[in-house]
Amino acid sequence: MEEEIMLTQSILSQLEKIAGRDGVRSSPEDLAVYGYDGTFEESRPGVVLLPRTTGQVSQIVEVAVAQRIPIVARGMGSGLAAGSVPSRGGIALATTRMNRILEIDAANAVVRAEAGVVTADLQTAVENLGWFYPPDPSSLRHATVGGNIACNAGGPRCLKYGVTGDYVLGLTVVLANGRILHTGGKCIKDVVGFDLNALFTGSEGTLCVITEAVLRLIALPKFFRTALAEFVSLDGAARTVDSILAAGIVPAALELMDETAIACVEEAMHLGLPLDAEAVLLIETDGADEESVSREIEAAAGICRKRGARRVRVAGDEAERASLWQARRSVSPALGRKAPNKLGEDITVPRSAIPEVIRRLKAISGKYGLPVVIFGHAGDGNLHPNILFDKRDPGQWKKVGQMVEEEFSAALDLGGTLSGEHGVGAFKRPYLEKALGPVSIEIQKRIKQALDPLNILNPGKIFPD
Amino acid sequence: MPQPNAAFLPSEAEYLSCIRCGLCLAVCPTYRESLNEIDSPRGRLALARKGIDGELNLSPNLFEQMYACFDCLACNEICPVGLRPADLAVEMRRVQEQARPQRWKKMVFGEIVRRPELLEAATGPLRLYERLGLRRLLYRLGLRKLIPRRLRDMEALLPPLPRRPLRLRLPEVTPARGVGRYRVGFFLGCAQNLMFAEESAAAVRVLARNGCTVVTPRETVCCGMPAMSFGRPDDVRRQAIHNIRLCEKADVEVIVTDCATCGSVLKDYGKLLADDPDWSERAAAFSARVRDISEFLLSIPLEKPQGRIGKRVTYHDPCHLRRGQGVWRQPRELLKMIDGLDFVELSEADWCCGMAGTQLITHYQTSLDVLQRKTDNLAATQAGTVATGCPVCRMQLSLGIHRSGLDMQVVHPVALLDRAYSRGE
Repeated sequence: MEEEIMLTQSILSQLEKIAGRDGVRSSPEDLAVYGYDGTFEESRPGVVLLPRTTGQVSQIVEVAVAQRIPIVARGMGSGLAAGSVPSRGGIALATTRMNRILEIDAANAVVRAEAGVVTADLQTAVENLGWFYPPDPSSLRHATVGGNIACNAGGPRCLKYGVTGDYVLGLTVVLANGRILHTGGKCIKDVVGFDLNALFTGSEGTLCVITEAVLRLIALPKFFRTALAEFVSLDGAARTVDSILAAGIVPAALELMDETAIACVEEAMHLGLPLDAEAVLLIETDGADEESVSREIEAAAGICRKRGARRVRVAGDEAERASLWQARRSVSPALGRKAPNKLGEDITVPRSAIPEVIRRLKAISGKYGLPVVIFGHAGDGNLHPNILFDKRDPGQWKKVGQMVEEEFSAALDLGGTLSGEHGVGAFKRPYLEKALGPVSIEIQKRIKQALDPLNILNPGKIFPD
Repeated sequence: MPQPNAAFLPSEAEYLSCIRCGLCLAVCPTYRESLNEIDSPRGRLALARKGIDGELNLSPNLFEQMYACFDCLACNEICPVGLRPADLAVEMRRVQEQARPQRWKKMVFGEIVRRPELLEAATGPLRLYERLGLRRLLYRLGLRKLIPRRLRDMEALLPPLPRRPLRLRLPEVTPARGVGRYRVGFFLGCAQNLMFAEESAAAVRVLARNGCTVVTPRETVCCGMPAMSFGRPDDVRRQAIHNIRLCEKADVEVIVTDCATCGSVLKDYGKLLADDPDWSERAAAFSARVRDISEFLLSIPLEKPQGRIGKRVTYHDPCHLRRGQGVWRQPRELLKMIDGLDFVELSEADWCCGMAGTQLITHYQTSLDVLQRKTDNLAATQAGTVATGCPVCRMQLSLGIHRSGLDMQVVHPVALLDRAYSRGE
């Protein structure tokens, strides 16, 4: 195999000098568990590295450049686009051991943390001091800050608070030549030069290795109200989303789950979800003032009822709220109960097109005879249609490819995009040109060429060959 | 290495539907310390699957990863698909043991643990060490410092040892105080018998005080947990049959144990012998009667203790009690019954302590790392006492407290209850 030829014993001992013996893993067992992420895709790396400092990452990249070895950076491997699967072998570089929160600067409301800090740990640390870091991908307990930035992760709260990139003020990255670059800083405003934070956020490890970040914090909302609205029709639920937002209410989250999603979660967690509803909306309002938070949730509940919700339940206490959120966060993994494999996309459409895109997704499911479960962040038009299938059946596997293509066409057709928060990774490459057009692709390829002329950083991702 | 010609292999249903979501990484104590995928449930499951499929050799290193699991069951609980990665790791140890049985395991699990008198003889020198005052001397003269760190840690695990194993002292039948309302079998676990004898004696007193005629069959053998975790379920089956027979003879309504580990295994005898036509029904009936002591005490009208214990007390959930048996509310309620006792909840109370049977010996550093997390949480409670109902956890917590220089006692919750009763008299 190619990568085995490249990774000679002398290279391994160079790497050991940099990352320590414990930080260089190359047994068949080690390689096998770094071949996957949160998808079914798999490809083995030639070596696994677990560096502890930015300096080590820089030295590793220098070795890799000299030897032309691909480097695929990764956090905890929960990505859903096969972005951190080392599809061309080489170095799997896990940042999980760079997990220190370096500074919580209350005066400037920023936190400085290494890339490997678990997102939920970062949130707990700042919340203990009364601050709030809103981005909340469902994987927040098993994903890292660095991975979130590399994929510009979203989550339910993004409807009100924005995505990961909206909180990135500064980054420390290792470039493809091994040099260390600090971008941005603690300033809220900064228009000097191109916005490299924005360029690197969402670059999926193709432009640099992110090792550290300065993240913006906001005041922790004091009050939350959460409601679950049950609908007899999926279409009714979809239409209600628009009505709530049109009424001027900005919920912290506005999530939709269809009947299969409800059934899977209920089977897994026994939370008492309605098994006979065709869809539910999970709505949360939050803020600093209890009265307005309550008023908003009541207004949203009222709109749900008017639009045909047969029952709206407002969580009575924190435990009930936590269980509703646990339900929502568990949907994606719980689908594993229904079929050996699932392919979850995250198409996004302008929110007025939500009812129509749902109709089209259901039609695609009907046409090919494979279930498509629909849930997601309806409030911002970001849906997660999940195709359930068995990869071992070649017939089904072929259909999945066709279905994905049709899902993407539907999204683009309605003025939407391929991915709201998962990223392109390996999975969406073939559709990129259709989504962006040739001019945009050419510009982006030239940026990639400028920053990584040897194409050693996560090759085979994002761009079509 | 050739694939073993194994009679037993885990079934496809135990791993096929892993969707690699990664939820289990968040709760796995070994992953959270090593931050390396190979130490995660998802990683172990992937290795098991690839080993079984033939994509990887069933190498010693692959099996070592199965032994690196602390079997705390946290992944079983969180898996949204309903897989049980911790169980799979233990089953893979069986696959290895079948392919290449190891002599020492056969000796220990096949012979010694099945014979209480051998186990007692083997641990005799330790009791002598305590009894002759050698231990006190070692501490007093500061000679412990001369022992290598690792051995010192093993020594610190040992509680004050009883003069004689409890089995040899406890009457076969302890009459109920007052009117006998229940006939209860008391399953005396090995660690309780050999090391925490005074606490099990207290447990029997508490039962008798609350209307139980307590029958303690003397000839019971090890519940089987060590054999199970070293990949020898066939030894466990033999031990199970022996124990079931004895308890049937004792003619009791319930079988109570004050050991979290024993309880979780005894409750599994039904499943373990489900495919044995002679024993499946008897084993199921046996398992249905097994109760952890806190679980049982709260199911009967319990005398309110009159004595006060004016202490701040916290509680650590043994994995095999909380997740293994779903018992977590009851021990807390027992503690809260005691007047003067200031109960404070422990942060991450159900996070593994790191002992996991023998991990301190087999995976020394990881075990200590996991323990440190627990010890930090214990320190934050500022409690003077931590209660827990598992002898293995108790030893490990004592070690953590000792290493961090905390001023904290480790006790069984029922021993505290016993103390409150005796103070009220």
